Amino acid sequence: MGRVATIARRTFMVGSVAILGGVAFGYYKYKQPAENPLLDDLADGAAALTPYVLINADGITLITPRADMGQGSYSVQAALIAEELDVDLNQIKVDPGPPSKAYYNTALANDAVPFPSTNQSAAANTMRGTVDLVMKLMGVQLTGGSTTVPDGYEKLRVAGAVARETLKAAAAEQAGLTITQLKTERGAVVLPDGKRIPYQALAAKAAEIKPVTDVVLRPSTQWRLVGKPMQRVDMVAKSTGTQSYGIDMRMDGLVHAAVRLNPRKGGDVISFDASTAEAMRGVQKVIPVTGGVGVIADNTWRAFQAVDAIEVEWGDAPYPAEQDQHWQVLADTLDSGDQDARPRDDGDVDSMPMTIKAEYHAPYVAHAPLEPLNATVRVTSARVDVWTGNQIPRMTQANVAKITGVPVDNVHVHILMMGGSFGHRLEDEVVKRCAEMAMALPGTPVKLTYKREEDTAQDFTRPVAMMRAQGAVEAGHVTSMDIRVASPSILDSQMGERQGMGLPGPDATITQALWDQPYAIPHYRVTGYRSPKLGPVSSWRSVGASQNGFFHENFLNALIHEAGADPVEERLRLMTDEPSRKTLEAVAEMSGWGGALGANKARGVAFCLSFGTPCAQIIEITNGEHGIKLDKVWVAAEVGRVIDPVNFENLVQGGVIWGLGHAINSQITYSDGMAEQDNFYDFEGLRIYQTPEILVRGLENRDHVTGVGEPPVPPAAPALAEAIFQATGTRPTEMPFANSFTFV
Amino acid sequence: MKLTVNGTVHDVDVEEDMPLLWVLRDEVGLNGPKYGCGVAACGACTVHIDGVAVRSCQTPVSDVDGAVTTIEGLGNPSEMHAVQAAWLEHQVAQCGYCQGGQMMQAADLLANIPTPTDADIDDAMSGNLCRCGTYPRIRAAVKTASKTLREA
Repeated sequence: MGRVATIARRTFMVGSVAILGGVAFGYYKYKQPAENPLLDDLADGAAALTPYVLINADGITLITPRADMGQGSYSVQAALIAEELDVDLNQIKVDPGPPSKAYYNTALANDAVPFPSTNQSAAANTMRGTVDLVMKLMGVQLTGGSTTVPDGYEKLRVAGAVARETLKAAAAEQAGLTITQLKTERGAVVLPDGKRIPYQALAAKAAEIKPVTDVVLRPSTQWRLVGKPMQRVDMVAKSTGTQSYGIDMRMDGLVHAAVRLNPRKGGDVISFDASTAEAMRGVQKVIPVTGGVGVIADNTWRAFQAVDAIEVEWGDAPYPAEQDQHWQVLADTLDSGDQDARPRDDGDVDSMPMTIKAEYHAPYVAHAPLEPLNATVRVTSARVDVWTGNQIPRMTQANVAKITGVPVDNVHVHILMMGGSFGHRLEDEVVKRCAEMAMALPGTPVKLTYKREEDTAQDFTRPVAMMRAQGAVEAGHVTSMDIRVASPSILDSQMGERQGMGLPGPDATITQALWDQPYAIPHYRVTGYRSPKLGPVSSWRSVGASQNGFFHENFLNALIHEAGADPVEERLRLMTDEPSRKTLEAVAEMSGWGGALGANKARGVAFCLSFGTPCAQIIEITNGEHGIKLDKVWVAAEVGRVIDPVNFENLVQGGVIWGLGHAINSQITYSDGMAEQDNFYDFEGLRIYQTPEILVRGLENRDHVTGVGEPPVPPAAPALAEAIFQATGTRPTEMPFANSFTFV
Repeated sequence: MKLTVNGTVHDVDVEEDMPLLWVLRDEVGLNGPKYGCGVAACGACTVHIDGVAVRSCQTPVSDVDGAVTTIEGLGNPSEMHAVQAAWLEHQVAQCGYCQGGQMMQAADLLANIPTPTDADIDDAMSGNLCRCGTYPRIRAAVKTASKTLREA
């Protein structure tokens, strides 16, 4: 089990003990609120068996602290707990729980250490273990980085097992039997005579006894749920229009708010005139907010109409006004030679005759989840309540405490189901603006909904990035590859500008998925350059890997073409990681790689190891009379363990569509300091008519488990770029491809 | 003015140019129709007026000349429409935010073309954006619903 068996497991067990000690059923004797936040509001007769299992009069609730943006995280977390707890998914409710240190995310450490994910050595794992501990101590409760499954894979099953064994102990004591005489099944302890005691009937007793923390996890051969097709817990609601999202918040006395913020993001408000807006029907109040002005009304549309009627004079943007200037900054940054990091330097790149050169560009892209940003906040002198869909509840709690002056413990953040995120809801500006407005109406719940145009204009996009690379081939093989990439810093924008923290070292996202690819190219160098601050940026599904996967694989395909080699064979020859090789072999086999193609058809292949998951894709296109049509995509991804094959396939297909849609159609460009695109007619991703058939295979060729929310994104663009090159003889060098090629 | 929604008559006092979407959401109190773009570019707000799919975000309430059906009126968890049952069977949704509109559009498609071709499905559904990329499942679910409706 490599890492899990050594350092992380030890870290984890220590962590568990701390958590489990506080699990304390007995909120009298063992109450440790900092450890188990569920104990704070526990009623008599209820038991919070771990921070993940709550049993009370309403039934069994499993706490699923990783936020659900559509990726099915509630279901997958619930299934891992339920597997050991012996309950079925239709017997339980899920709840994301309160913001709490107990729900720290250990798996984030995997991308925070200077070792590639393929390195499971003692040194690499020791450092991951150390960073794990730091994450735990800081209580980093974050959903992102494809970490939900790797983080919860053991932890949640242990939580289920602890609760189950404690319930058995309670039943044994009550019935005068020994634990070994008892079984559990479908939410009940079963006595030797077949009598069933429902877990709920044991809650009061379980709350009084010491938790059983010495548990052994079941082998996978005994699993009932994990690895088998499941019905997601949210699927009935989402198939009937009855799922509620943040934007659907209703409560007595709720008022509707809209804002207009400086579209030159971060610029000042010089002046505004709201006299027209104030006279409009339903408008209750106009409130200046940081960077703009807001309106409170009795209806969302009236609030939208009113903010649009405000005359505002905006200040300049704190970044270059025109898109060309942004590209120039990146070019200048590469020219300056002022590097941020050089995480890979194999062989002797400088001594090689680099005859093949390329420059590729990746634009800013917006997140644009279909549910626009929104938040509901109610401020009173004693407490603040926040209802929103968000990936960083503890940061939001702290930010709202700062704005309102209410102590952080009295800020209650209620995380709601999200209509998509893709990294958008790692930012909480909407909550901050809503809190500012709610301060002006004490006691009144204020729901702020961004107009779509506002959501796009205010987005912290994926950064622009520019790659310059050179390489060499010899005797039919790739021998040298030297990649230099420049972009503004995501981490500096997130942690520096928004959270007021410094960035002590290089920004690892700039060279993400460039330096750690499993290729033994003899002369192989990767250098990252951090440009001066440009447009505000953040994490966009697959983060640095989204542009770097395109850069690396598009250039590798160019070199392989120059070498006259086969792009699958040459990659297999260069690959140093067995699971990666098997992933590429799988996709080649699925697609019948090397076989004859029909008229006007072409194929392209790409591979990317990101977030620890190797993912390979082959795409087939037709270059027809009216343009390029995407026909079919084959995808293989190695995750160690597929938790739910149905949701896995859906997520992988969605990741491919995300990667293709933006590579073809989407960009954000600046003019006069403002994004030139503002809605889905000029920023649309992929629609159904352009969507190819997508065949998916999940691989389980290794022990350690990794996520799949992001890894299918990076290979999509370069696989398509290669197919376009094969079809047209012209290699795409910049996204979106629709700027240079016609698609149907 | 009077508005019939899912079989119930509502008396609403709103501006004539208020889009039907916001009347349904903020005045009638229905959450099924979603706000995604406000400009008929995403389809999340799709409802039926006398059985025909329309974008409620671009339909002034004063232009509504028939009975409105929202996703809540198409069927419910205990009594699902064939389209909803197919959506559940194929587990189409990821975030689910667009799916109410997708299902309303699909129901309209199947009412007009009971056995749609792949091209018919792509034509009818291309106005409905899904940012999660559930299109392969939408295609499959439309075909399943088509079969169910024809066999009913």
